[in-house]
Amino acid sequence: MKTFLTKIYTYVDERVQLEDLVQFMGKKYVPVHRHSVWYYFGGITLFLFLIQVVTGILLLLYYKSGEELAFESIQFIMSKVQFGWLIRSIHSWAANLFILAAVIHMFSVFFERAYRKPRELTWLTGMLMLFLGLGFGFSGYLLPWNELAFFATKVGTDIAGVVPVIGKPILIFLRGGEDVTGATLSRFFGFHVAVFPGIFTVLLGIHLLLVQRQGMSEPLGVEAGAAAPQKTMPFFPNFLLRDLLLWLIVLNILAILAVFFPWELGQKADPFAPAPAGILPEWYFLFMFQTLKMIPAQVWFIDGEVLGIVTFGIAGLLWMLVPFWDRKSARGEQNRTTTYIGIFVVGYIIILTILGWLL
Amino acid sequence: MTSDPDDHVQPGKRDFLKLILGGSLVAWAASILYPLFAYLKPPKQAEVEVTSVKVGTLSSIEKDSGMIVRFGNKPVILVRSAAGELRAFDATCTHLDCTVQYHKEMGVIWCACHNGKYDFNGRNIAGPPPRPLDEYRVVLQGEEVLISKKS
Repeated sequence: MKTFLTKIYTYVDERVQLEDLVQFMGKKYVPVHRHSVWYYFGGITLFLFLIQVVTGILLLLYYKSGEELAFESIQFIMSKVQFGWLIRSIHSWAANLFILAAVIHMFSVFFERAYRKPRELTWLTGMLMLFLGLGFGFSGYLLPWNELAFFATKVGTDIAGVVPVIGKPILIFLRGGEDVTGATLSRFFGFHVAVFPGIFTVLLGIHLLLVQRQGMSEPLGVEAGAAAPQKTMPFFPNFLLRDLLLWLIVLNILAILAVFFPWELGQKADPFAPAPAGILPEWYFLFMFQTLKMIPAQVWFIDGEVLGIVTFGIAGLLWMLVPFWDRKSARGEQNRTTTYIGIFVVGYIIILTILGWLL
Repeated sequence: MTSDPDDHVQPGKRDFLKLILGGSLVAWAASILYPLFAYLKPPKQAEVEVTSVKVGTLSSIEKDSGMIVRFGNKPVILVRSAAGELRAFDATCTHLDCTVQYHKEMGVIWCACHNGKYDFNGRNIAGPPPRPLDEYRVVLQGEEVLISKKS
């Protein structure tokens, strides 16, 4: 058996020089320090993405897009298909955990200043994937064609339409017309299963390649106080095995959530019914939702909603460009301003999210 | 005469060739991009022009209530006050496109999405809505209640 495997290895190695890769893997070390725990969240996010790919493909076997088919096909999946309820529930739960893990990963990178030179591109691809992840969530939310999704999509696409000048064409493009109809569902389905996964995979490839190529970033404080030789652990197998163990734990959590808190389907969307009382968007949009709810109709001479949306847009853009304006961290100096900005943003998101739940 | 190849090229000729090649490159790109962008824009669907719809008989509409009526492909809200007066408005919230409803306890037209409130005249009185609801005309033909567009 051993010789057979060695033969295969030699066969491949002769043709594509595997030896270099094995050498590289063997020399890869992960720094060990008191912030090491944050290194695991990228891996967890990756694992949840893989779960989404697998369960998404499984759902595709039965899901039908269309105003008259979508809701019914999910009912079919949940009631007739063996373990259909489980697959759908896992897909919905994993989607939420994916966003959560990605957000934790992003903030840990932010506070550790891991975005600083030379890792600007890793940060940028990561942020683009996070935005794409929100796009996945938003487009996937509509696919069951239920009441909540219908109004969430109306509001969400209308928000895009509020953006000055380019808003209206974007709204028409997203909705496939003036209103949210079956045409919107078709488009969102296409984005969710083809466009976004394609772009995401390319970004993920670049992101992982950069992480492998550049190695793990070390926090500024750790780097500075490195009088003693830095503690490290080999990536292979030590770190990878820890990663895998964590993935197993995440899978178990996912299974428990999916089984004991199955994802509901709700009521079928009816374009001629009022928005149901107590309607809320997904939790990760809640802070923006709550802000829009609290901004008055008119601020000075600007429409409140325009103000809110443009502010969020600019804030998101600035956040994405942090490696380019945080010059201090790039030089390896401590920058308290970015810490305060980060704490403010986290605080704002948490407080507004709680208010969104309560009010 | 020297043998510098540039001497054989007249600048006018070169500029002309640059223009032709550059222009055709732009035209080529446009001939690919134009159909793509045109394809993304959904065609206008022929809509049946609705000028008025029958709602039902006056006695079937409770006092102090509201209902959504299908007006072509748009939802319209018909409200009846406690005094028996009828009003109809575009049911699409002017804030972010949700569909409003009549809230009996508060006595207002209410949008559940962002807690926008309108009074019995469709005026935005609380919450984020920036504009009043568009009003429709309610016509009584004997017992029959009709809603029509305001001209």
